[in-house]
Amino acid sequence: MTDVLTEAQQLAYANAQAADGRVNVEVETEDGMTLNIGPQHPATHGTLRVVARLDGEQVVSADVICGYMHRGYEKLCEVRSYPQVTTLVNRIDWLGSFANEVPFILAAEQLMEIEVPDRAKWIRTILFEMSRLANISLFIGDLALQVGAQTPAFLAFRDREFVLNQIEAVTGGRFHPNFDRIGGLKDDLPKGWIADTKAAMVRIREFCDLMDDLVLGNEIFQMRMRGVGIIPPDVALSYGLSGANLRGSGVDWDLRRDSNIGLAYDQVDFKVWTHPDGDSYARSWVRVQEIRESTKIIDQLLDTMPSGPVMAKVPRIIKVPEGEAYVATENPLGEMGYYLVSKGDTGPFRVKIRSASFNNISIVPWLLKGVYVPDIIAILGSLYFILGDIDR
Amino acid sequence: MADDAATTEDAPLEQAPATDERRDAVVAELTELLGDAVVDSLVKPGLGIWVRVATDAWSETAEVARHRMGFRFFDFLSAIDWLPSPYGRYEDAAIEVEFPPPMPDRADAVPGYTGGDTRFQVLASVAKPGTDLRLLLKADVPDDDLRIGTWTRTYVGAAWHERETHEMFGITFEGNPDLRHIYLPSDFEGHPLRKEFPLLARVIKPWPGIVDVEPMPGEADDAEGDEDA
Repeated sequence: MTDVLTEAQQLAYANAQAADGRVNVEVETEDGMTLNIGPQHPATHGTLRVVARLDGEQVVSADVICGYMHRGYEKLCEVRSYPQVTTLVNRIDWLGSFANEVPFILAAEQLMEIEVPDRAKWIRTILFEMSRLANISLFIGDLALQVGAQTPAFLAFRDREFVLNQIEAVTGGRFHPNFDRIGGLKDDLPKGWIADTKAAMVRIREFCDLMDDLVLGNEIFQMRMRGVGIIPPDVALSYGLSGANLRGSGVDWDLRRDSNIGLAYDQVDFKVWTHPDGDSYARSWVRVQEIRESTKIIDQLLDTMPSGPVMAKVPRIIKVPEGEAYVATENPLGEMGYYLVSKGDTGPFRVKIRSASFNNISIVPWLLKGVYVPDIIAILGSLYFILGDIDR
Repeated sequence: MADDAATTEDAPLEQAPATDERRDAVVAELTELLGDAVVDSLVKPGLGIWVRVATDAWSETAEVARHRMGFRFFDFLSAIDWLPSPYGRYEDAAIEVEFPPPMPDRADAVPGYTGGDTRFQVLASVAKPGTDLRLLLKADVPDDDLRIGTWTRTYVGAAWHERETHEMFGITFEGNPDLRHIYLPSDFEGHPLRKEFPLLARVIKPWPGIVDVEPMPGEADDAEGDEDA
C-alpha cells in the first residue's frame, strides 16, 4: 500500500471527518493539499465549513459542509400551533427577523382567506423593508471587514442602530420582533414614530452615500472584488440563486415588483437595480443600491399611511382550513418562502421552509473551482449568507 | 363595511379572479408536452399552479419545464409524508402517548391538492424569471420502493435539495451521484421528517400546549370557548 491517497479517498476521509464535526483536516500529498476552512474561522461568519483541495494557491475543488447549526425547524413546526411558529422562524435569518415571519403569516392568511386591514399592510411592508436595512447595512460593513477594511464595519454598526431603534420602538424587540400576527399586527405604531423614522431614513441614505465612496469606490476593494466569482445568469437561475445575487447577474426579477402578495409594494414607486457583470463587485453594488431604494419605499409608505385598525377579526384559537399554499417574498437575503400544508388543525401538517441562503450557497463548490485562496473570502462574503438561513 | 364606495372600488384588486387564463395556459402547455404523464392539476386563480405527474416522468418534467416552457428558475425540491403523526400534535399534556405508539393505518394518509396514491410525494417548485408564474410539481413515490428520478441533470441546484430530502425522508434520487447527508452526521440513523420519527424532546416532556393560550387584549372577559369568526 502506498502512502499517497487518491483525491477521492482524501475527500471521502475529509468529508467523513467533517460530517461528524471533527475539525482541522489537512491532508497533504505530493500533488497538492486539502485545506480546511472552518467551521470556526475568522473568514467564515457562522459555522460554515469549506474543505478545499488546493494546487498551490489555486482551488481545484471545494466542498461546503453545513449543518452545524441545524435546528430542525420543519419538524418543530409540525408540533407547534400557528402563532407559535413565528417565534421559531424569527431565528432563521436573525439579522432581518421580521422579514422571516411575513411569508409564513401570508401563507396562513391565504388559506384562511383573511383580508388584512390596509394599515397593517403598510406597517408590515415598512417593517419588512427596515429588516432589509438592518440586514444589508451590516453586510456592507462585514464584507469590507473581510477584505481588510475596518472602518466601514464600525460605521455599519453605528448606523444600523438607527434602524434597530425604530424596530424596537414598534415591536419591543431589536432582533426578534415576533410582531406579525395572522390577521394583522400585534400593535399600532407608537406616537412620534413616523417623524423619527423619516430622520433615520435620512441617516441611512447618508450611510449609503458614504459606503458608495468608502467601500464601492475604493480602489483596493474593486481590485479584490471585480472579476472575481462571476456567475452567468443561466447558472444562477439553475442553482436557484435569488435576491441581489441574481440581480447582480443581470436578471431583472424582484418578487416585490413581480409577484407581490399581501404587501403594499403595489402602492409605491421603486426601481429594481440590476448589474450586468455578475461578479462579487456587482452583487455588493446591487445591495447598496437596494437599501437606498428601501429608504425611499419607506418614505413613500410613511407619507401615504392609511388610518384604521391593524388587526382583522380572527378567531381566538386559530385553525387554518385544509389546503396548501406557497408564499414567497423578497427577503434581505433573497427569496424566502413557506410551503404550508394544513389539515384544518391548530398547527401546520407540514412546512417546507425555502430559505434563500441554502440555494445561494449551493453554488459555492462550482464557483470556487479555479479561484485563488484569498478570493474564497471575497466570494463567500459577496454571496452573503446567514448560517441560520442555511441550516434552518 | 362602512364605506361601501372604497370596498367596491378595491374589490377587483383584492379578490382573485374566478379564472386565470395565464395559469390555465401553463397547465395546457405542460399537458400538451407531457401527454399522459400529467395525472392531475389544480389552478388557484392568481395564486398558484399544482401539477401531479407520473413517477416515471419526474425527470422528464424538469426537462420540459426548463427547456421548453421557460421555467428556468429552480426554487426548491422536497417531499411530504402524508401519514398522520402517530404522536398526535402533543397539544394536550393530559394525553399519555405510549412509546413507541402504534403506527397509523396506511389508509389514513390522505394526500392534498391534486391527490396521490402513495404515502410519500416529492414536491418541487420552479418559476419563470421576471414573472409571477410558479409551477408546483408533485409526484408519487412508490411505497415499496422509495426511488424517483433525479433533477440534477436539468437544474444543478437540485443536488443539495435532493441530499436533504434523501436524509430527511429516505427517498433515493436515481442518477444523483452524491446523496451524502447534508445536515445530519454521516452515521445518523433514521429519517427525521418522517412522521413516525419521534421528536424526543416532546416525548420526554409533553408540551402544555393549547391550555396555555392567553386571551387577546380586550378579550379577557369573553365567554370561554368563544370562537366567533
